Amino acid sequence: MPATRPDQTLLSRRSAETLAKGLGLFSIGLGLVELLAPRRVTRTLGMPGFEGLVQAYGVREITNGVAILASHDPAPWIWTRVGGDALDLATLATGFDSDNARKPHVMLAVAAVAGVTAADIVCAKALSEQRDTHRGSFRDFGDRSGFPRPPSAMRGAARDFAVPKDFRTPELMRPFDQARFAGAKPFVGSPPA
Amino acid sequence: MRALVWHGTADIRCETVPDPQIEDDRDAIIRVTTCAICGSDLHLYDHFMPGMKAGDIMGHETMGEVVEVGRGAKGALKVGDRVVIPFTIICGECDQCRRGNFSVCERSNRNKAVADKVFGHTTAGLFGYTHLTGGYPGGQAEYLRVPFADKTHIKVPRSLSDEQLLFLSDIFPTGWQAAVQCDIEPTDTVAIWGCGPVGQMAIRSAILLGARQVVAIDCVPERLSMARAGGAITIDFREESVVERLNDLTNGKGPEKCIDAVGLEAHATATLDSMYDRAKQAVMLETDRPHVLREMIYVCRPAGVLSIPGVYGGLLDKIPFGAAMNKGLTFRMGQTHVNRWTDDLLRRIEEGQIDPSFVITHTVGLEQGPEMYKTFRDKKDNCIKVVLKP
Repeated sequence: MPATRPDQTLLSRRSAETLAKGLGLFSIGLGLVELLAPRRVTRTLGMPGFEGLVQAYGVREITNGVAILASHDPAPWIWTRVGGDALDLATLATGFDSDNARKPHVMLAVAAVAGVTAADIVCAKALSEQRDTHRGSFRDFGDRSGFPRPPSAMRGAARDFAVPKDFRTPELMRPFDQARFAGAKPFVGSPPA
Repeated sequence: MRALVWHGTADIRCETVPDPQIEDDRDAIIRVTTCAICGSDLHLYDHFMPGMKAGDIMGHETMGEVVEVGRGAKGALKVGDRVVIPFTIICGECDQCRRGNFSVCERSNRNKAVADKVFGHTTAGLFGYTHLTGGYPGGQAEYLRVPFADKTHIKVPRSLSDEQLLFLSDIFPTGWQAAVQCDIEPTDTVAIWGCGPVGQMAIRSAILLGARQVVAIDCVPERLSMARAGGAITIDFREESVVERLNDLTNGKGPEKCIDAVGLEAHATATLDSMYDRAKQAVMLETDRPHVLREMIYVCRPAGVLSIPGVYGGLLDKIPFGAAMNKGLTFRMGQTHVNRWTDDLLRRIEEGQIDPSFVITHTVGLEQGPEMYKTFRDKKDNCIKVVLKP
């Protein structure tokens, strides 16, 4: 059942879709920076030694961004971004070591990521709610069997159909059936002459 | 005439186009009375199949009345005949047609050279389904030119409605062939992935052919309810593990027969491997999302059969072929040899054994076609099957 009417969500459908596109492009842009200039990122944050991790995050951002832009239902991919934001925040938290002279930069980065996380959550929630609303309420097709009688009575009604030879399962791959094999010699696997 | 015309990804328009004309002796022109949007049309709508050109007319589930017949088709058809048009165009004379392998007719694809390059050897020409299969204008239109019309038709009686007969063009024989490919035994469990229109027909076909139990897998509530109505046990893959439930239902042995009625666009966000496929698709490193194939290979009982009516387009990644080989699985697949089954299926409809119109959820005019593509693609408004009345 629809959870919310479109006018009850924070964003209109069009705004949510536009925001999703923006987040997708942002994801790709940030990902490229992380992938191509990891040292500059770690130097700015005073976190040397994290270059490999920053590049891995870059690949994640690019993949996520491409998926958002390519998908006709970007909501799940925006939720994936929220997960990525949490990972980013956890990593940035390690930059608050007492010997990091660039703590103010880390603080700024945390604030920026928190802001983007908020945008991600608003966007993902709006898209998910609007998708559910738009799908409409569930209709039960329990009366649409297509059969004149209950399915249990129709089971095997077409056993008169002869499966063509080229569609038949080889005899030895059929389920074991005592009647079929009664009197038959056990198969010993001798190769044909 | 008015027709639904492809212009690009998610861009189908209802436009005025030139009326079709007889181009060959064996042609006929039909006035379309009813046509439908097929699940495989969505692969074109989403542009996952290569070979479409702006201006192509969509549609391969069509029926109507013959209004003009070429000289070479006059022995088989006459003006006024009521016909369903199979989606595969067949010459009826080549080696493959004579063996009943109509979907790989050797002569009906007029772009044979391209298909030879892409597939190794050509397959049959298809209506409204890319230039790889002939680039023939489709039947989501007011009129349709039918090539090789003396063979490419199914004559139908006036005693039944369009809605009862239309699906002889594709989804009913496709679901039927999927079940026949399983060569069903009375002891078999048949698992069917996908409860769209083909999946629904496969469920009914498996029941009619006498499967002990039929299990249907999907996540859309209305589709699962329709599957249960047809006699299937259902699995909502968002709620429970498909592999565990199928093993539970088969004493841990797995289903003997598995049917893939999903094809190349498996749900993109339901599983990790599909998300991986979607990301690779987006950067053009893979064409299809074969999650269902992977799951079928894994869960199928050794020496079992995988039947694949779902459409695949190109290159698939990470297929566990080692498991398939070691388990001795049999793969049966292909586009449907429609005319091979339709005499038998028409008899079953006439006798009242089944009424395929159960699957229709939306009936609209051609003008509403473009918006119905989106509704069908997004599974909105409880949409399972859209029928168009030109």
